[in-house]
Amino acid sequence: MSDDSSKEDVSIVICGEAGQGIQTVESILVQAIKMGGYHVFSSKEYMSRVRGGENSTEIRISSQRLNSYVERIDILLALSDGAIDHLNQRITSETLILGDEKNLKSVTEYDTITIPLFKSAEELGGPIFSNVIVAGVISRVLNISSEIFNEIITRMFSRKGEKIVEKDLEAGKKGHEIGEQLVKSGKIKIQLTKDPQIKYELLLSGTEAVGLGCLAGGCNFMSSYPMTPSTPLQMFMAQNGVEFDLIFEQAEDEIAALNMSIGAFYAGARSMIATSGSGFALMEEAVGLSGMIETPVVIYVGQRPGPAVGLPTRTSQEDLNLTLYSGPGEFARIIFAPGNFEDAFKLSQIAFNLADKYQIPVFILSDQYFAECYYNIPSLDLSDLKIENHIVKTDENYKRYQLTPDGVSPRGIPGFGAGVVVVDSDEHDEEGHITEDLDLRAKMVEKRFTKKMEKIREEVIPPELVGNEDYEILVLGWGSTYGTIKEVVNELDSDKIAFLHFKQVYPLSSDTGKYLKKALKTIIFENNINSQFGNLIKLELGFDIDETVLKYDGMPFSVEEVTNNLKKFLEGL
Amino acid sequence: MDPKIFDMENADVAWCPGCGNFSILSTVKKVLAELEINPEDLVLVSGIGQAGKLPHYVKSNVFNGLHGRSLPPATGIKAVNPELTVIDVSGDGCMYGEGGNHFIHTIRRNPNITNIVHNNMVYGLTKGQASPTTRTNFKSNLQVEGVFLEPFNPLSVAIALKASFVARAFSGDMDQTKEILKKAIKHKGYALVDIFQPCVTFNKVNTFEWFRENTYYLEDTHDPSNIGEAFQRAMETDKYPLGIFYVNNDKKTFEENLAVYNKNKSPVYKRKVDLNKLETLINSKRSI
Repeated sequence: MSDDSSKEDVSIVICGEAGQGIQTVESILVQAIKMGGYHVFSSKEYMSRVRGGENSTEIRISSQRLNSYVERIDILLALSDGAIDHLNQRITSETLILGDEKNLKSVTEYDTITIPLFKSAEELGGPIFSNVIVAGVISRVLNISSEIFNEIITRMFSRKGEKIVEKDLEAGKKGHEIGEQLVKSGKIKIQLTKDPQIKYELLLSGTEAVGLGCLAGGCNFMSSYPMTPSTPLQMFMAQNGVEFDLIFEQAEDEIAALNMSIGAFYAGARSMIATSGSGFALMEEAVGLSGMIETPVVIYVGQRPGPAVGLPTRTSQEDLNLTLYSGPGEFARIIFAPGNFEDAFKLSQIAFNLADKYQIPVFILSDQYFAECYYNIPSLDLSDLKIENHIVKTDENYKRYQLTPDGVSPRGIPGFGAGVVVVDSDEHDEEGHITEDLDLRAKMVEKRFTKKMEKIREEVIPPELVGNEDYEILVLGWGSTYGTIKEVVNELDSDKIAFLHFKQVYPLSSDTGKYLKKALKTIIFENNINSQFGNLIKLELGFDIDETVLKYDGMPFSVEEVTNNLKKFLEGL
Repeated sequence: MDPKIFDMENADVAWCPGCGNFSILSTVKKVLAELEINPEDLVLVSGIGQAGKLPHYVKSNVFNGLHGRSLPPATGIKAVNPELTVIDVSGDGCMYGEGGNHFIHTIRRNPNITNIVHNNMVYGLTKGQASPTTRTNFKSNLQVEGVFLEPFNPLSVAIALKASFVARAFSGDMDQTKEILKKAIKHKGYALVDIFQPCVTFNKVNTFEWFRENTYYLEDTHDPSNIGEAFQRAMETDKYPLGIFYVNNDKKTFEENLAVYNKNKSPVYKRKVDLNKLETLINSKRSI
């Protein structure tokens, strides 16, 4: 690592085997860093196994706000024999490698600094304490006070009992001592400006940002089947269920999950499901049911690489097409793809209002990278939060599918009013009963698709432009690539380049064409092989994007990758 | 209450003349009237098949969903509003074939709903193929050499899962069917009523006559609380017993198990989000 105290951010990577407790180190450190007055961002990559393998977590610390992944490693904590091999492509001569002698003894190609990790842990009672020691080392190196560190340890481990807390505090102290020696030796020198206000900010994961938004949207029913990387959202909702009057049920399969949630919305709840690629594929039939019976539902899809089982713990943006075209037949839908936590909160909240208002399925597309990264944000805005009521009291003449000019029929629910609410997955008449009246059939199709879409298009969330409005080069992205592309475009600091980020990917904002035509050249970044979003733009607007940068190896785009690709593109013009 | 209250004027009934479903339809209406259930407080949930059309011929709230998928929405509806009476009406193909997994797990979940399954041992809507309950050697346009799969025994499966109410009826005996259905709907917990019902068009083997000859009622001495005995009787297939096989009154329902109803009995859908709690939760993310 260069001895450059003006460095704006530091990237620390901790690598070890599954089951070693790297996640514990991450949890302690992201808290400690934020409480210590720095901006923090963390992202993990791991194998689909409970023990063994090589997993790593990247923690970025900065005096500037962060929301992106870098390949660069300034400090590597190697906690297993395979760590160096695993991260070889990211290690440079600038990388400072720390670890126990046991794990580093065979490393010859790099300089390393050995720390007495396992011996110290052994002295405290076993290898389990090495996690807290590691956290203590980093905490000291980052100049985070022992008070803050100890407070975090005490709170995190208090449920394990006083004795464990005491041991962990000792482990932390040991880590601080090792860190102290490293700092004094001059081998590590980090000087970042602290901002004490950061301490009061929120520290969230992408999953929590969505979950809080769902609660804010009035979600009170969720049925789901566990599947990485959507399970954390299921856990968040289940664990907040009692407090927020929310029913969570683990269904026997994905098919049951979505059908159950649709039943719940029909009966008056605001319901949702969370799933991932293959699990969602099982739900497709029920997406059609939601479209046909015009019963709302909110569908969260945490994308991971497919097809089939694919790479369960990795990231992708491969399922835009799957959601966009899911379900037989034709009906209206909305698809959101948040790129930052503020948007994740807000879009998840309004997903419920829009689903309810238009009586359609609304999708929230996330992915492993977004769902599992952490960073701090100042706050979440509750001021314009509104849970709209779209349920009517029925009378004796109530007709569930009454034809109206805007395609939306007032939605009643069973047991509320003197009428009955009849919904049918067959083509149906205004009352909801089976029909084969083909003229009426055509009217119902127009109601479910054309008329609703017309209204939906009037309130599309516009894309966000980052950079100069008089750009010549327009960089495009959607969903989770937001932070990384934004950081690069800001860093390039050129009047000629701007970034257009789509947080609603369907339907497209009517401003889209205007933005595209203004650019001399366009380039899009996507985590899939087909440029699914680029193709959607072509389909909807007839616009050809000049260059596609597509990544589909299961990892998110890094700042370096986006920078290099963008520079290459600019040079080629 | 007059059963006519449940009549649907102008209903275009799509069943074949003589279909066993007609007597089930009129019996269901009588049962609902005798139990004084208002149409607006009743939800009939169904999937696809001839039985799945029944809700369209009853004045009631209706959720006619997907093939095999009636139990999950029925469970969701009841959970959100336990004040509703929820009755799932399906056929043997829909419930035991396409929806087999939901059948198993809904029994385990035990929502307070009634599950009526019209069992005619054949696929009617798709014209004559074998269903999960079709007996061996039955020949059809797809099972050209005859069925060789072991017939699915819904009652023994349900009893093995300790379903809270398990019964079998025969649509040729409306009086007994009515009494069984009344008990099933009044029962607290999941109640399965498998109803033998001849398909006059596609099943020329298991006719009214055949069912009459091959069924008999469980004796008055049968103890429905005895699971071993109930299971044994459910396994009888030379002649099929009819009646209430098994009742388990000790089980808590799905709704009773939901924490949201521990202290507050009002249906979940009537409650509003507590924004103060949300703010507290958000602010808890400011420190560990």
